[in-house]
Amino acid sequence: MVPLNYYLLLSAFMFSIGVLGVVVRRNAIIVFMCIELMLNSVNLTLVALSAYIGDPTGQMLVFFVMVVAAAEAAVGLTIIIALFRNKQTVNIDEINLLKW
Amino acid sequence: MTFALAVFCLLAAVSVVSAVLMIIQRNPVNSALYLILNFFSLAALYLTLHAQFIAIVQIFVYAGAIMVLFLFVIMLLNLGDDKRLREHLGPKTYLAVALAIGLVLEFGYIFSKSRAEDVTTQASNAAQIGTVEFLGQVLFTKFLFPFEMTSFLLLAAIVGAVVLAKKKLQH
Repeated sequence: MVPLNYYLLLSAFMFSIGVLGVVVRRNAIIVFMCIELMLNSVNLTLVALSAYIGDPTGQMLVFFVMVVAAAEAAVGLTIIIALFRNKQTVNIDEINLLKW
Repeated sequence: MTFALAVFCLLAAVSVVSAVLMIIQRNPVNSALYLILNFFSLAALYLTLHAQFIAIVQIFVYAGAIMVLFLFVIMLLNLGDDKRLREHLGPKTYLAVALAIGLVLEFGYIFSKSRAEDVTTQASNAAQIGTVEFLGQVLFTKFLFPFEMTSFLLLAAIVGAVVLAKKKLQH
């Protein structure tokens, strides 16, 4: 059998890759995809712990995370479209309306 | 090395490599395709954990619905212009890589200190709790209220998306 730690380390690694992408990339859509990657790596943690503990609550939480991710993707992509319409760019360095 | 471990290593390699390729691609379409590969390998990992329902929902909702939305928006915005996609890499990038490595080491340290180290076998009822039947029963009894609340969340998201997409931002 695969030890639980392997799953946790894999998801930690994927989460870190997602963080790296959010910090390094300047394309708003790719930043957004990195956030999806981070959500998914946490989902993997929840499913792994659910299977190793024998409790369905973790898998239910993953189900709700997916609902939130779907809503977030719809709204977030619409915001990106609205920004592109106004600024003709998705580079987050050039989007500084809220910058002091 | 047992068969289960070999399968896990293969899937883990696919998911990590596709995640890394996703963040280093310049073209967002390629990024999205690598992210879809990552989602499929995650779905297979869920199957190794006996979570059949989550695995199939992962493919339907993530790889199916959400990534199609992403690809749709990428193609709608038409970001194919190479010059516009060029990104500046500076000392900040190396700092970010160092921070990410630090994050991995931190996670590794936490897990090595936790009792997860000793857990090597799945629960005896792991195969049972992942089925649609069992999760459906839990969803419609214990989690009925949160489940109904998600309908409000989705409604709000739909309305928000329509309003944002329609109106031009004034400045």
